[in-house]
Order: sequence, then C-alpha cells, then structure tokens
Amino acid sequence: MKRRTALKVAASAALTSVLTIGSAYGAEPIRFGAVAPKTGALAAGAAITHWPNIQLWVHQVNERGGLRMKDGSRRKVEIIEYDDRTNPGETIKAVERLATQDKVDFIVAPYSTGLNVAAAPVFAKLGYPQVAATAITDKIPELTQRYPSIFFALGSTTALASSVADVLAKMKAEGKIGNRIAMVNVADAFGIELAEASRPIFVKAGFEIVFNRSYPLGTQDLSPIVKGAKASNPDAFVAWSYPPDTFALTEQSKIEGLNVKAYYTAVATAFPAYGGKFGKSVEGHLGAGGVNTDTAEMKAYFAAHQKVTGKPADYWASAVTYASLQVLEQSIEAVGTDRKAVIEHISKSTFQTVMGPWKFVNQSIDKVWTVGQWQGGVFHGVASTGLPGAKPVIVKTGW
Amino acid sequence: MDILITGLLLGATYSLIAIGLSLQYGVARIMNLANGEMLVAGAFGAFWVFTAQTLSPFTAALFVVPGAFALNWLIYRVLLRPLVRRAKSRGMLEVETILATFGMSFAFVGIMLLVFGGSYFTYSYLAEPYRILGSPYGLNRVVASAVAVVICGLLYWGVHGTRTGMAIRAVAVDPAAASLVAIDVPRVSALSFALGGAVTAAGGIVLSTFLTMDASIGVVFTMKALIIVIMGGVGDVRGAIIASLILGLAETVVASLIDPGLTLAAAYLLFLLVLLFRPEGLFGRRQS
Repeated sequence: MKRRTALKVAASAALTSVLTIGSAYGAEPIRFGAVAPKTGALAAGAAITHWPNIQLWVHQVNERGGLRMKDGSRRKVEIIEYDDRTNPGETIKAVERLATQDKVDFIVAPYSTGLNVAAAPVFAKLGYPQVAATAITDKIPELTQRYPSIFFALGSTTALASSVADVLAKMKAEGKIGNRIAMVNVADAFGIELAEASRPIFVKAGFEIVFNRSYPLGTQDLSPIVKGAKASNPDAFVAWSYPPDTFALTEQSKIEGLNVKAYYTAVATAFPAYGGKFGKSVEGHLGAGGVNTDTAEMKAYFAAHQKVTGKPADYWASAVTYASLQVLEQSIEAVGTDRKAVIEHISKSTFQTVMGPWKFVNQSIDKVWTVGQWQGGVFHGVASTGLPGAKPVIVKTGW
Repeated sequence: MDILITGLLLGATYSLIAIGLSLQYGVARIMNLANGEMLVAGAFGAFWVFTAQTLSPFTAALFVVPGAFALNWLIYRVLLRPLVRRAKSRGMLEVETILATFGMSFAFVGIMLLVFGGSYFTYSYLAEPYRILGSPYGLNRVVASAVAVVICGLLYWGVHGTRTGMAIRAVAVDPAAASLVAIDVPRVSALSFALGGAVTAAGGIVLSTFLTMDASIGVVFTMKALIIVIMGGVGDVRGAIIASLILGLAETVVASLIDPGLTLAAAYLLFLLVLLFRPEGLFGRRQS
C-alpha cells in the first residue's frame, strides 16, 4: 500500500519534470509533444532509437528556419517531452496532458509496439495523427480499421517471421545450410508472438526444429539455453530475443563455440553497440531490420545523426523513426496545422523520406526491411517486403 | 557436472548481488531498495574505465569502492540516521526506510540518466571460453566467481575474525544490548551500511563484464537481492551466500533439465517454501 503511494508521488514528480527545448522567436512556433520511456525497461532502446531522432529532426528543421508553411511563412518547431517510465498508463496520461493542458499542435507517436497500441485509442479520441515507427504487430488491419489516426511503418510480425524463414529456406535450397533449426525466444509478448508465428512457417519450408525453448525476460545466465542448442547440433540458430538477451546469447554462443552457418538474433542486432561489442565476430550475423546503407539520403542521415546527437543511428528503426517525423513535417507543410486535414493527407500522399518514397496503403507502409546482416562492419538489409537494394546473404564462418 | 558448475557460477553471481544488502539489512536494519542502483553505478564506473580509458574494468575498483563507501556512509548519516533516531520500533524503521530508499532509487536512476544517458552499456571483456573438466565456461563468469569467493571470504573473516566484526555481529543480534556493552551502535551501523554499499558497487564492476546494463535496470538486481537476503536469513552473511548458491543451482537445474521458462517459477517456489517452513530464513534466528 505504502509503496503504491510512493509510486504515485514519483509519478507526479516525473510528470512535472518537463523538458522544453526550442526557440520562440519569429512566427509562432509549432508545438510538438513527445512521450516515450526515459526510464524503465524500454528506456535504453528508446535512448538509442527514439529520442535522438526527435532531437535530430527538431535541430534540422529549426536550422533551416522552420517548417515552410503553405502561405510562405516559416514556423519553427518546439518540443515538450514526457517520460512514461515504460508504463502504458503513463503514456496515455501524458498524451492527454499534452493535448488538453499543454495544448500542443502535434504529438510524436510513442516508442514500442505495446505503448503505441495502448495509446492508439487516446490519439484517436483526441484526433492527433499517430505515425508509429516502432510498432510491429499482426493486428495492423484491426487497429487501422478502428482508429483512422494511426499509421504503421515497421511491418507486421508475420512479415518479420516469414522473411527469416525465406532467407533460411533460400540458403537451404542453395545447399549452404542443412534443415536443422534451433529456435529460442524470450517469454514476452514479442518473443512468444514471433515464435508462434514462425514455427509453422519453418516447418512448411521443410525445416526440422530440433531445439525449441523459451526463457524469461531478464534471465541472467543463458548458458543452459546455448548448451542445449549446441547439443541439438543445429545448422541454423534463431532467437526471437530482446536487447539484453541478444547480447547475452551472442556472447554465450561465442564462448560455447556454437558454430552454425546461419545465426539470427532479433532486436538489438541492428544496434551499433552490437557490432561494437563483438567486433569481427558479428560478420554474417542475421538480425531483425536492416536498412539500405548505400543510398545518398541514408548516408547523409547517418552522418547527421552522428554529428547532431553524438551517437550513431541504429540500422533498423532509427531511420524509420526519422522518416515518420518527415511524414508529419511534409504533411504540415502541405496542409497546415489542421490535424484532421493532416491525417487525411498522410493517408493519401506519397512522402520523400530517408527510407525512400513512402506511401501508406490502408494506413500502413507495406514495403519494409525485415532481415539484415552484418557485412564488413555494417548491418545491411538482406530481405524486405519489396524494397530495392538488398544485398545477397553470406554464410557465417566461425567466431 | 556441467549443470553443477554452471549453477555454482550463477550462484556466485547472485552472491555478489545480494551480499551487500545482507550487510545493510542485517546490521544497519535498512532494507535498502536503492541497492540495485548502487550496483549499476559500479558497473558504469567499470564501463567508463574500459571504454574511455581503455584500462581493465577491474581498475575501476580503485575509485568505485572507496567512492561507494563514502557515498553510502554519507547517505546513512544524512538521510537515514534521522529515521533510525525517531523510529519507535524495528517494524516502523523498516517501513520508513523502505519508503525512503525506494524514493532514493528514483533519484539515483535520474542522476545516472543525466550523467551516463539512457542507452545500453555493454562491452566485451574476458568473453572467451575457459575449460573446466573439458567443458567451456565464460572466463568472465569464472573470474566473477573467484572475486565473489574472495569478497565473501574477506567479509566472513572480517565479521567473524576481528573486533569490529564482533561489534557488527553484536549489533545484528541486538542493537539495544550492544549499546549496553559500549558498542557505538550508530557508528557500527553506518560502517555496515557503507561497507554493504561498497561491496554492492564492487559486485557491479564484476557483473558488468558479462551483463548488459542500463540506467533503469537496478530494480531487477534489488529484487533478486531481496529474495536472497530474506531466504538466507537476516543478519547472516553465510545465509546469503548459501541462499545464492541454492538459487543458482536450482535455476540451472530447472533450465537444463526441465525448461528454461520455469526458472523464475522455481526461484519463487523455493522462496515460498523457505517462507512457509523457515520464515526466519535458512540461517536466521527465531524471534523470541
């Protein structure tokens, strides 16, 4: 009981610690709200993928004088940030507060699948566009039908899972790997959903799942899992994992000498820290996401991200998050700050983003990167649902 | 054999997490819910030394351990001493310190976010196979276990083999009676609290070589430490060590032979059994 009181006190303290960045000279700035984890389980992921892109976008827009409105005027952007402590209840409260008390013009979509889905009803109720860059779910058709304000940009669970199966099936067909797969997953909504979705796809593609285990989120020692996987003598290793366990599984696999020709870990494989931590060992590692690092836009984006935020962008959702802000930017420049018109505009128009041209089909981007691979120190896309620029998959050779 | 060694290595890891809290709770009677944050702070020290100074992360101990000792001493004297002084009973002190340290944990998380940022902190150190009886184990985990053995050994000797240690044990048994035999109870309590904090931070340094940390992860360690300390019995260093090893072994046995998904269930089942049949903990004294 007392602890709950303490939680409430802490919550209100967190709410009052609002950060306001931006400038207020010239024409009245357009006010943006942002709510995402700064503390809690997803804070580290948000600190890599979400917050730096908001910082970069605000910096770049204001540096070139602000958004160029229809009437020719320039309006700078201003951002109000809230920490939701990775708690969906707090996300919803903060969105309401941004809309009713701070009276912001627009709100940047929250971070992660769970928090975006939780906030979808309140975004819809208040009539704010929600361009979700970090949500992956198979419920996209249901959610977009129910909430006209939500837009998805990272693809669906099934697309992610079947793409991995396609990549492995192709390697098998080319005789590069055998048909034995060891599959593990984190026992959490994301990991369970992907494991369930991928199992029949793997079987249908002619694979035999020789090892299949789940482990709780936050497991401190994954060596029993890796030992078990190794004992099953697999040709490919697939882990539907979250950041801390992606790191731990990889380290343990290296120690145990789990030598497979195809090694896949899900979230965090695309983080620069992953390549940084394991160095040359990651060559040939497959993971969720990927981008086409060869386009001029993407090269400029990576350079600007490093320069403005002082850290490298990740090779998956970072650029998607930035592109989602470009969507808002281009819509506001086209139709102004009328939110209803902006929602209408987003659902109908084509946008020029760092990810290439974007067009929402039924409120969702259907061409996304699904599998990436570390090749020569860069995590490049090797499979997508129809994007150009994928590199051929290479076989992993030892650690 | 594999399972036994893996379990012992994990148990040693747990003892590094819990032994500091065992001192703080057992002697100073402070259920320090900000314990995990101290561990994370130690880990950050190691991360900084390794990445910015390219030194061995263990050199961080040179400033982390004295720093954590001083900081915890200050926390006890300035923030917790007033609570101890006005507490009418042990129960009241526990409730108040739980609230105070719970609040402190938020403050620590905020400070660490400001100083270190919110991303993951991970690096590779000694992540190479070390063979024991032919099977490979992570060298960093083996080193961590060795450090755990050294720290626990030193603490055991300190508590059971020195005069100050005797005072610490006396305060753990009965603070009121201890003051009757001219033991400076406030000083001994502050010393134990500071020592507990220093040990926890040292644990953080070692754990950072194989666990991925971020500013908000402290509470995970606090929870684990709480279970171990309560299982082991209040105020007994041995209890915390044995409980850590039991937990490590149980989790590894379950993960290897049954299903890794059940490790948490196994840990809490053990915890429940101990609470049911020995509510005072494995090595605790029955309250008369």
